[in-house]
Amino acid sequence: MKVAVCVKEVPEASARARIDPGTLRLDRSGTAALNPFDAQALEEALRIKERTGDGEVVALMMAPPRAADSLRKALAIGADRAVHVVDDALAGSDLVATARALARALEREEADLVLLGQQGGDSDGAVLWSALADVLRLPVVSQAASLELEDGKVTVKRQTEYGYDVIEAPLPAVVAVSDAINEPRYPSLKGIMGAKKKPFETLGVGDLGLAVEEVGEAGSRTQVLALADPPSRGESVRIEDDGSAAEKIVDYLADRKLL
Amino acid sequence: MATLVFLEDHEGELVKGSLGVLSKAAQLGDEVAAVVAGSGVEELGAQAGRYGAAKVFVAEDPVLGAPLPQPRVDVLAKVIADGGFDTVLFGASVLSADVAAGLAARLGAGLNWDLVDLELRDGQLVGKRPALQDSVFVDVGWTGKPRLALVRSGTFEPVESGGEAEVEKVAVELEDFSTKAVMVERAHAESEGPSIEDAEVIVAGGRGLGEPDKFALLEELAKALGGAVAATRAVVDAGWYPYATQVGQTGKTVAPKLYLACGISGAIQHKVGMQASGTIVAINKDPNAPIFEYADVGVVGDLHEIVPKLTELVRERRG
Amino acid sequence: MSVRPADFPPPFDWHDFVAEPTDPPDERIDVGVLVVGGGPAGLSAAIRLGQLLEEHPDVRDQLGDVPVAVVEKARAPGAHLLSGVVINPRGFRELFPGMHTEEMPFRAPVVREGVYFLTPKRHLRVPAPPTMWNHNHYVASLSEAGRWLAERAEEVGVTLVPETSARTLLVSGGRVVGVRTGDRGRGKGGEELPKFEPGSDIRARVTILAEGTQGHLAGVASERFALASRPQVYALGVKEVWEVPKPLNRVIHTMGWPLRSGKRHREFGGSFIYPLGDDQIAIGMVVGLDYTDATLSVHDLLQELKTHPFVRGILAGGTRVAWGAKTIPEGGFQALPDRFSFPGGMIVGDSAGFVNVPALKGVHYAMKSGLLAAEAAFDAVSPGETSWAPGALEPYDEALRASYVWSDLKRVRNMRPAFKHGFYRGALLAGLSLNTLGKLPPGTMELERDAEVPVTVGDRAKAYPIPDGELVFDKLSSVYLSGNKTRDDAPSHIRVDTKVRRELAEAWAHMCPAQVYEVAGEASPAGNVVDVEVTASNCVQCGAITAKGGRLTPPEGGDGPEYTQM
Repeated sequence: MKVAVCVKEVPEASARARIDPGTLRLDRSGTAALNPFDAQALEEALRIKERTGDGEVVALMMAPPRAADSLRKALAIGADRAVHVVDDALAGSDLVATARALARALEREEADLVLLGQQGGDSDGAVLWSALADVLRLPVVSQAASLELEDGKVTVKRQTEYGYDVIEAPLPAVVAVSDAINEPRYPSLKGIMGAKKKPFETLGVGDLGLAVEEVGEAGSRTQVLALADPPSRGESVRIEDDGSAAEKIVDYLADRKLL
Repeated sequence: MATLVFLEDHEGELVKGSLGVLSKAAQLGDEVAAVVAGSGVEELGAQAGRYGAAKVFVAEDPVLGAPLPQPRVDVLAKVIADGGFDTVLFGASVLSADVAAGLAARLGAGLNWDLVDLELRDGQLVGKRPALQDSVFVDVGWTGKPRLALVRSGTFEPVESGGEAEVEKVAVELEDFSTKAVMVERAHAESEGPSIEDAEVIVAGGRGLGEPDKFALLEELAKALGGAVAATRAVVDAGWYPYATQVGQTGKTVAPKLYLACGISGAIQHKVGMQASGTIVAINKDPNAPIFEYADVGVVGDLHEIVPKLTELVRERRG
Repeated sequence: MSVRPADFPPPFDWHDFVAEPTDPPDERIDVGVLVVGGGPAGLSAAIRLGQLLEEHPDVRDQLGDVPVAVVEKARAPGAHLLSGVVINPRGFRELFPGMHTEEMPFRAPVVREGVYFLTPKRHLRVPAPPTMWNHNHYVASLSEAGRWLAERAEEVGVTLVPETSARTLLVSGGRVVGVRTGDRGRGKGGEELPKFEPGSDIRARVTILAEGTQGHLAGVASERFALASRPQVYALGVKEVWEVPKPLNRVIHTMGWPLRSGKRHREFGGSFIYPLGDDQIAIGMVVGLDYTDATLSVHDLLQELKTHPFVRGILAGGTRVAWGAKTIPEGGFQALPDRFSFPGGMIVGDSAGFVNVPALKGVHYAMKSGLLAAEAAFDAVSPGETSWAPGALEPYDEALRASYVWSDLKRVRNMRPAFKHGFYRGALLAGLSLNTLGKLPPGTMELERDAEVPVTVGDRAKAYPIPDGELVFDKLSSVYLSGNKTRDDAPSHIRVDTKVRRELAEAWAHMCPAQVYEVAGEASPAGNVVDVEVTASNCVQCGAITAKGGRLTPPEGGDGPEYTQM
């Protein structure tokens, strides 16, 4: 049983992450870490491996070179191998361009199950799994609050606005886990120290047989135009309660159809 | 602009979020078409006209009875190819997000998501979306066509503009892999109130409540408003309310239409979890509480007196 | 009414942090030389060892799979490092002979400098004392330098182990044989959560303790091996980094306002304002923790400093981009331990107190001590896996005493203590010491432990400016800016008596730059015992509490601030 986990790095939200006004891209010069939602996908993959008693967990990441540390963290946590898809030509890839590149790397792996985390910390790639599954022509199930494997199929409890659906799909399949699925483990000390010895593969656009027009800015169809100010909150109202505060609040809410 | 709006249906009704997007599309001008895909949804197609659709494509098939994304990608891909639409809009939901992304990959098209506004500037479609935990906003656009957009849930209100839509049935042709995932059990409506992430109204409590029992006041108010109850890190730490309801840097990020903060000082660790809420009402005894710097309505007073009165008045007004 | 913090000792017993190794061979980790702490001292030790082992592969081969390991409690190297800082490049030059200064991780050379005495509205240039001359020195960001040093360490084969705290000193047969790392995944009450990961024994032939200020195991080792007979004293520094439109053209130090000069206040310290390259400056306030007014808050004094016309001008149009806090060992020569090595280990850097207070320098001493410790460790392990020779690491002590670390600190030994006589008298005594190269006043002035100094609730807090979110900031938004990631439901890592006299509780509440301590419940009359509420997840591990009556222990690995530009 081979499980491939797609991970990414996200900036630490509080450490003054900002959009670079020059390139209009996320300024990644601050600290970044393995996306906690992807850590959950990795955790699920490790539990599957522990349950089945054998198999392989591969962590894949498409990111600039400096993100390699986060991929190594996946190895420290327990992944058996890491694949870093990295190439200057990939910079500026949008959702579909990213899906194309990752799909090529995943095709090489021929995994039984592809897992992704719920979302990026800054909602980057929030729906990557669906795009990925379409390129791979595989069934996809998202928002998995629990996941079971048996007889070559995966059974997922999918969390939606209306409650839980139960969905089955034959393997190979793509599953995106919800944040309710598990609590990721800490890397053990042996894991941290042994990570360097585990196989770490670096693949570029050429290795994956990708045409330059398929990826990067050339392969993308969306763009960031400008940084905008948050819509102003408008005038704020201050009320000192003299017994009538409750009425004033209700009036305010009724005026704005918020009741 | 030839726009197609994906209308999601649930238990026999068109989902409000989709209808809101349809109304917005109609307002942006030109003729707008909609597509409904499901089982037993022929009647719903007609409703779309009321909210601004000039034409509705109806894909009717038992396979579409389950709310799974991949068959819908097949349906939309065909409608778009046949109809030459250059803009496709979705009201975000678990289902429609998956559909939009799969469709973007299928068509090699650009998808911008989490949009909180859409406008035409010099003939170009421009979306606005928050980034970095709702602390900044970016204007986004598309190169090439079609342009796909996922609009954040609840952004636009459905507006009835009268009108009838021409209904066209479409043949349903599905890819092999699209039907591999099957629904074995379907979710039914939750009997409890909404989770804080889905709630349109949140009543949140902090240390100003004084003691855990006072959360009962907030629960009453939340019930009256049809909303959910949330809590700050401090009171969750103290064991007054469950971690699942914690809003803030180390809890959940929410953006309801209405956020009532009761007895919450509003330090930045809390603010980052709710700053994109539509309207923020704060009730706090301390006039210097940081929350008053960004609340839309800042009430300096005793929440123990104000909240019960508020609950009563809300019940009266809502009837 | 005044209260001595030392009268309310923390529930801490160093015996709890010393143990025999327990892990069976297949569970424990074996390394050659273990360095605890990835700061300038620890990384210098690791790099020097890596260099020596590259030159002597035969020695490296008998050290096993992991010849040199550095455990670091922060999420990544550099994340817990903070300092002004103006670096004397000597340490870098000795560690990397032949490296050009442009390749070193410095932001800008010191071109000009000025020392100013501040009054509430004015600033008066005063001649800089020779100890503070920074010609040929460089302004840097210590967290950046830490990351750079970590990369150099990896290049020479060092194994870095971040997110790992060293909790217990492993002692067997009377000598240190390694450390046990801290558990991860316990709940508030100490219970094991589902993701619980127990700590592991790391066995090493030599253990170098480089934990920085208030080093945890350094303190434990000091007790276990009776290394120190004299107290150490500390200052608390609170620092911000600002992006400013107008570049600053000089390194600035200030004295005077907002600190009070009267002897009874014992407010020793000052501020620094350094240019960090074209558009950034570092600004910080450093105050000795032996002050007597319980309402003194170094964080708020920094905010107040920024409202001074001189400083406001420097920051005009700027934006705050970083904040942090850390204590500095200030005792100098007379606070140094009697011995720096013990069976199986050595102490380096700030953990030993190698800081030249009048010159505001510690980084190059940290690096030098690390380098010397590495050489002693190398010599101790070279003969092979023979039984441990007693005194095998004493050459480290000898090397230190023969080095400029020792002679520099000795020369300025009476300057800081002089200031317990108040600012003006202290300055006179300090000047005397300076001019006679330390020969006068004769002897060595004694230090008093910070926690022994009684505190009284004064009125210092009245003058603190109100946060406006632009120039003046509150503590909580500052903690947020430090990138603090400490698990909310983790057990508290702070040992402190939580039922203390109200004056002491207030002192802690003001002292702590991260708002960890609050007086619980309603105010009660002076002299009464109150409950102290401890929000350990705010803690940025500055160490101030350890100086003033409590005891900081390492939290779970990975927790704490994420300094990137400090």
